[in-house]
Amino acid sequence: MVQLISETIENFLVPKHALLSRSDIGELLKKTGFGIEQLPQILSSDPAIKNLKAEKDDIIKIVRISPTAGKAVYYRRVV
Amino acid sequence: MLVKRISSIQFHVMNPAMFRKMSALEIKTPDTYDKDGYPMEGGLMDPHLGIINPGLRCKTCGQKMKQCPGHFGSLELIRPVLHSEFSKRVEQLMHATCKECSRAALPDDKLEYYRKMLTLQNGEMIGKKITAKARKIKKCPHCKAEKGIVMLDKPTNFFYNKERIYPTQIREWMEKIPDNDLELFGYKQDTIRPEWFVLTVMPIPPVTIRPSITLESGIKSEDDLTHKLVDIIRINLRLKDNIDAGAPQLIIEDLWDLLQYHVTTYFDNNTAGVPPAKHRSGRALRTLVQRLKGKKGRFRHNLTGKRVNFAARSTITPDPYLLLSEVGIPQEIANELTVPEMVTEWNKKEIQNLVKNTNNFVYLIRPNETRKKIDEANKQEAIDEIDVGFKVERKLMDGDVVLFNRQPSLHRLSMLAHKARIMPGRTFRMNPVVCKPYNADFDGDEMNLHIPQTEEGKTEALELMFARNQVISPRYGAPIIVLAEDGITGLFALTTNLMEFTRENAMAYFYEIGLKEIPKPDRGKKYSGKLIFSQLLPKDLNLEYKTFTCNILRKTGICNECTKDKCKYDAYLKIVDGKLVAGVIDKESLGEGTGKLVDALARHYPSEVIENFYAGASKIVSDLLTKKGMTVGLDEYEVSEHIEKEKEKIFKETIAKADVFVQKYKKGNLECIPGKNLDESFEIYMMQAASEGKSTLEKEIMKEKLGPVLEGSLKLNSIAMILSGGRGGSINLMNISGFWGQVAVRSGRPKRGFTSRLIPLNYRGDVGLFAGGFVKSNFIKGMDAVEYFYHSMGGRQGEVDTGVSTKVSGYLYRRLANSLKDLLVNNDNTVRTASKNIVQYNYGEDGVFPQKTVKGKTLDIDMEFVRMNTEKKK
Repeated sequence: MVQLISETIENFLVPKHALLSRSDIGELLKKTGFGIEQLPQILSSDPAIKNLKAEKDDIIKIVRISPTAGKAVYYRRVV
Repeated sequence: MLVKRISSIQFHVMNPAMFRKMSALEIKTPDTYDKDGYPMEGGLMDPHLGIINPGLRCKTCGQKMKQCPGHFGSLELIRPVLHSEFSKRVEQLMHATCKECSRAALPDDKLEYYRKMLTLQNGEMIGKKITAKARKIKKCPHCKAEKGIVMLDKPTNFFYNKERIYPTQIREWMEKIPDNDLELFGYKQDTIRPEWFVLTVMPIPPVTIRPSITLESGIKSEDDLTHKLVDIIRINLRLKDNIDAGAPQLIIEDLWDLLQYHVTTYFDNNTAGVPPAKHRSGRALRTLVQRLKGKKGRFRHNLTGKRVNFAARSTITPDPYLLLSEVGIPQEIANELTVPEMVTEWNKKEIQNLVKNTNNFVYLIRPNETRKKIDEANKQEAIDEIDVGFKVERKLMDGDVVLFNRQPSLHRLSMLAHKARIMPGRTFRMNPVVCKPYNADFDGDEMNLHIPQTEEGKTEALELMFARNQVISPRYGAPIIVLAEDGITGLFALTTNLMEFTRENAMAYFYEIGLKEIPKPDRGKKYSGKLIFSQLLPKDLNLEYKTFTCNILRKTGICNECTKDKCKYDAYLKIVDGKLVAGVIDKESLGEGTGKLVDALARHYPSEVIENFYAGASKIVSDLLTKKGMTVGLDEYEVSEHIEKEKEKIFKETIAKADVFVQKYKKGNLECIPGKNLDESFEIYMMQAASEGKSTLEKEIMKEKLGPVLEGSLKLNSIAMILSGGRGGSINLMNISGFWGQVAVRSGRPKRGFTSRLIPLNYRGDVGLFAGGFVKSNFIKGMDAVEYFYHSMGGRQGEVDTGVSTKVSGYLYRRLANSLKDLLVNNDNTVRTASKNIVQYNYGEDGVFPQKTVKGKTLDIDMEFVRMNTEKKK
């Protein structure tokens, strides 16, 4: 089962998930003016971020392949 | 305004103690008014319950009618009755608990197991499981008492071991069920107790929700709810009297049941198994549930579907002499609709003059919101009073901004802003070019009109939805407000090389399009159609592309090499400095999604340019087609011997091919298509065999029909329509002059019908070409009986499909629109919900508005090259 999950997130169709550092989070929120509670959520148990050891109120940066923009950046708050 | 966020809402059953606490008055008497017409004290119309006549003051809160919200009263029921809406829950609890000890009738270890499950699953689900198990248990595991059988005679009569059990007993039973056990059925502690399902006290709603109406004759008429409450109180009183007098049990039980009936119908007069309570006139009463439920209920009728003011609806008719961003409004409607106009120091004089000289002004509104009606008698008075800061309300006038809408409103362009043009007649008039975005035609369509009342509203409408700014679709970045059908055919006819106009005729057109500089004739003393058309184009327009005609010629194989603007068929379009030097105007220039000329005009010029282009084109085309005439004749569809021979040849080949398949199929040595069985493969082979050869004949017919046109004798008939892309195609020609071919039902040969044959005119078991729905005839010759039936099978499917697909896609679209309706693109380009939660970080991930794109692409590389080249040359 554990192996299956690690294979899943290596699949090319799963977008890249990365954990933002504390300073990056502060910078992002300051730059954009987003309230942290306004961000979309992601479960800390989500298979895509299980290995990142994310905690509550961490922010995950997701880079997706987009049909309109090439690459699109998306942020999710860990709950 | 103070904005607060609701953190949670909880619905539950109200505590009878609460009913008593919030009661302003205990109702004692069933009478409403006394002899003199005053409300009875302690009656249903007591002024303690709220006020319904203006001027009086409420006896509970001391406020007047507008301020007093009304107050609940209460009625103590002599004998409790069941609330019918909860009898299912009562039944469930009776099944699951023991009558003697009121515990859930399962062993303790099982209950403990379900209690643990509560954290994983909701209580209602667990309650169902427990009930199912407990029903089978014969003996209570807690008190060892025999467990009886509960039966519910809907809606409110309960039987225990086939013996009637009355609400008093049920209430006692429910009271004893411990909170701990109730949790297992999804009842939260302290919020709901099951004994509250049995009513001992009834809330009496305030008079404000059941006002009495005084008819013209002076007779008072009571609300249905009041009638029902009178019944309840009267029976309640009679029950009390009988009990006090020591009446026999039988009579008391009868009255008790009657009370139950009245209470049940008071809540829902459509309860299953109960005859609806009737008014004296025989009409069923509208009680609480009926007030809320259904299309005419409070929600759908009064809350979701509110009616608006400042709106009008009428039939639409076409008028090519209107601009595309105008709408013709009947005088009658304009007289009813009003617009407020602010008086400022800049327009004060103008308004005073208008008030003096017209009868368009109805009201004067002073800064303190008081109104004064302006009429002939006090006109001068009003003019003198008008000052800065006042408002005047006037009738709709030419040039006012209006919103025009046609249902179903499926996309943004279903509602556009137009400028009003007041005209005689009783219909809304519009330029036929805006039919496309509204999806309107003139076979009786009706449309709605709304008048924005504020400056913000008007400005917003003009900025966001003004018709002429919407020529390019905000969905896919290509023209959507386009000429259709006659418009395309007409401009095609105008721009062919054959078209010439005398000076007189040309001048008429120049006048219509408001030309100031008259060009010199280019064909001796005559004007060519191309020259007239060129007058509609801006002087700096340069375009070059292959036309739709070229596309057809290539497809039919008439033309194979391109000589660009020297094309001998005039199928290569070239516009140099606003002059049409070569090519015809057709679908490729004007059509929806493809129109390159329209696209250029709408994209690179101010929106007046495209508006004036359409205005001129509409006028010229309607005049041209009226004078020259567009017609269809049978001779257009007659075909030569050559075609007939070709047809016979194709039939022979098709029949031969089909025969081979039939033989192979019958012998069973037909080669199967991967993934299909023998029968399926055979059907596919037969479909293929029947459709081969059809396209060759289609091409041949097109070639023959286009021949004379290309040699220079264009008639304004269906061939011109096909060539210009206005309407119809080679398929229609094929169906009329060629043959229909294989009928398809659900993308295969029709197969349902009689036992092993489609219709009784075939032999049983015949699977051949002509028994399987092949139609040899065409529309000119007509079909025989068998073919006619085949054709109807295909036609039926088409009819069913349109019906089903509009229904299905309509509902699908509605659900999508409802879920997306409060998403908003904010100024930082994020897409957010109503509560400002982020959905997209950059609108569409690229932050691009499709209306400003070229068919979805942010940059049209090809056009950029063309532009660069022309600039280089200069």
